[in-house]
Amino acid sequence: MTTQSVKFRVYRYDPDKDAKPYMQDISVEVDTTTERKLLDALVKLKVVDESLSFRRSCREGVCGSDAMNINGKNGLACITDIDTLKQPIEVRPLPGLPVIRDLIVDMTQFFKQYHSIKPYVINDSPAPDRERLQSQEDRKELDGLYECILCACCSTSCPSFWWNPDKFVGPAGLLAAYRFIADTRDEATSQRLDDLEDPYRLFRCHSIMNCVDVCPKELNPTKAIGKIKDLMVKRIS
Amino acid sequence: MVKRHVVGAHYGLRDWLVQRVTAVIMLVYTLGVVAFILCANGASYEAWQELFACTWVKVVTTISITALLWHAWVGVRDIWMDYIQHVGVRLTMHVLTLLWLIGSLIYMVKVVWGVA
Repeated sequence: MTTQSVKFRVYRYDPDKDAKPYMQDISVEVDTTTERKLLDALVKLKVVDESLSFRRSCREGVCGSDAMNINGKNGLACITDIDTLKQPIEVRPLPGLPVIRDLIVDMTQFFKQYHSIKPYVINDSPAPDRERLQSQEDRKELDGLYECILCACCSTSCPSFWWNPDKFVGPAGLLAAYRFIADTRDEATSQRLDDLEDPYRLFRCHSIMNCVDVCPKELNPTKAIGKIKDLMVKRIS
Repeated sequence: MVKRHVVGAHYGLRDWLVQRVTAVIMLVYTLGVVAFILCANGASYEAWQELFACTWVKVVTTISITALLWHAWVGVRDIWMDYIQHVGVRLTMHVLTLLWLIGSLIYMVKVVWGVA
């Protein structure tokens, strides 16, 4: 067993006790043979100070629960190597969303935007006996779109989402919007495009690509947004 | 008044397209002016005046500066939409921006078409 001390500066805020948020300097010993991810160290940290609050679940980059701002960049604690981080590791909640406590944010607005794009296949044709089939080529169109885990790393790194979270759908929602526009089984393309043809919902995106930079699943919301714009242009010309 | 969350004004695509088309117009005009400067070796006052006395140059210049002003309108309005949340203040900024751009347009026409 090889141990290593990891230094942290953690954002702390308990609205029941604290008048305002503060940064706590704290360090923890980790076993470098088994505890290599940031989440491992945070779990250890919670043993030292049990009042520290954060979300986590699958601990393997699938559920998207432990998204946080790590040394100034959004990411998932469970798939971030401690070795790659400069110490003291500054850990903050995702920016732009209301803080409930410590690293836990209120994601209501984020999911409201996600739901607004109707994230399900709309198809009023009578259902076939077994299932609605797609060709392999059509299915390939969905690659790079369906893998989103809704961790909110992208939307909370987007200044347009910070300024207008109630009106701008945000990169995660727009990636999902294109996922259903691109789906050959969906019949609501025109309504979906109508819904986004607004100065805010889609066009607050100025293609600065922060979303692409932080996505832990290496997806490209900017590209999906560009494809939605292309379809809109195609529709009028 | 009931507090409803309203979105859906259908001019997002139009403005986004306008910004790109006007950018292309400005680029072509700028390249033309740079080519003239290079060909005329810097160009004297007389050469400039002769160029801008041509009607087609006036027309092209008017189109290009109008494109610039339209481009500026979309860009500046975007900034107000991003950063100013109060509807009254934002509307005031929109009106002031429009007045400034329309003023610039009138002044541009006076200058460009005043060259004899």
